[in-house]
Amino acid sequence: MSTNNFYGAGFPYRNFQKLPGKLIVVEGTDGVGRSTQIKKLRHWLEAEGYAVSDTGLTRSILTSNGLEEAKSGHTLGPITMSLFYAADFADRIENLIIPALSAGFIVLSDRYFYSVIARNAMRGLDKEWTRKLYGMALKPDLILYLKAKVETLVSRLIHGRGLNYWESGMDMHLGDNMYDSFVQYQTLVMKEFDELAVEYNFVTINADQEVDKIMEDLKSPISQLLHNRLPKEMKPN
Amino acid sequence: MLRPNTTKGKLIVVEGIDGSGKSTQIDLLYKWLQSQGYSVFFSEWNSSPLVKSTTKQAKKDRSFTPTTFSILHCTDFADRWENSIYPLLKAGVIVLADRYVYTAFARDVARGVDPDWVRNMYSFAIVPDVAFYFRVPLDIAVERITSARTSLKYYEAGMDMKLSDNINESFRLFQSHILAEYDRMVDEFGLTLIDGTLPVKTQQKNVRMIVKKMLGNWQGLENPNKSPIIMENPLAPNKTKGSKK
Repeated sequence: MSTNNFYGAGFPYRNFQKLPGKLIVVEGTDGVGRSTQIKKLRHWLEAEGYAVSDTGLTRSILTSNGLEEAKSGHTLGPITMSLFYAADFADRIENLIIPALSAGFIVLSDRYFYSVIARNAMRGLDKEWTRKLYGMALKPDLILYLKAKVETLVSRLIHGRGLNYWESGMDMHLGDNMYDSFVQYQTLVMKEFDELAVEYNFVTINADQEVDKIMEDLKSPISQLLHNRLPKEMKPN
Repeated sequence: MLRPNTTKGKLIVVEGIDGSGKSTQIDLLYKWLQSQGYSVFFSEWNSSPLVKSTTKQAKKDRSFTPTTFSILHCTDFADRWENSIYPLLKAGVIVLADRYVYTAFARDVARGVDPDWVRNMYSFAIVPDVAFYFRVPLDIAVERITSARTSLKYYEAGMDMKLSDNINESFRLFQSHILAEYDRMVDEFGLTLIDGTLPVKTQQKNVRMIVKKMLGNWQGLENPNKSPIIMENPLAPNKTKGSKK
């Protein structure tokens, strides 16, 4: 694999063989239903005969304790927070995503660094800085962006796991209560996402629809990717 | 690249390979500046309580890659930067740093990460008013470290780079790579060279002279009681009980 497959320098101290697997990213704001859809996609792909591995932001063992500790204290500066996320990301790329891809797995990633760019930009961090920081990120084969109206998100969250401090951007002091803050924060995040969608070639999926309909819309670009571009021996019969 | 210092404060840093004597020198400088009535704050590399539990575990498990090693050390720096160094510089304090961004540029690049990538990562930091580089020949530094300590640590010796199975030999090779990176940076960043083989007292005399000249009749934050500055981090280890596994 050449450095073309990374957004920047990648990992210059390592030599990568060709990565036969596929990296599929599901992006979208909080409460849009990413994890539900990823669970369903995984079942579907496995039923089709593909080996699937999934990953998501902050799931690295290396940083999970530190991140939890940091978040519960609320005293983390924006640069520090952002670097914690980057350490988590790099760890998963090197130790999980690349090994899975080289073994021919389909890797489903619940969010990618685009979310971090959006969150950093809103906290006044230089966009170029964040972009270059993620020069170690692999370019995914497909980026699916679940986009829903803020009202849809609020309804899903309130009837689901509830609103929380970070998802509402309470650290940014946008509103005096979690609801107002959530609405303002997520609206701003979506604006950032709309720009990122163009820059990074997202496939936008209408996530205001019912769960099963969203699923159908997700399957179609994935099928196209797998059947057109996957080497023959990888295709299930 | 690094931003210019537009704060009221002054930033003085010391750099050099392990065993170059920089910590001794900055300690003496700290005491002198303090006695002169300045407001002085000291910050040490890899000392943020927030990041400590993470790096400690990773070092124990040997689960660092050159990239995660690099990012987590920058996280440590960023935490100290955002919670103490930068606000104190803004307030007009003299901040002394034992190791600064150049340590990362030397070490992480020696480990194989991309030089531009690591420079970008630290680009939120500012250019120090003086950056001392204590240069000593490899043999002297290695001798100082190996005779003073019972054993070298895995990452300190660069064992993760598989340069040699012998830990002392690995340390030596790793330090030689770092030394080469430092030497390259003297011109790139205008580091102030101090001969680390001179007697401690002579070095300190030179250091103080340079600092005195840099400060001129600069006046920073008043310190009428000549008291030290201690920034309490709310996440100090004794306050995060139960978080470790």
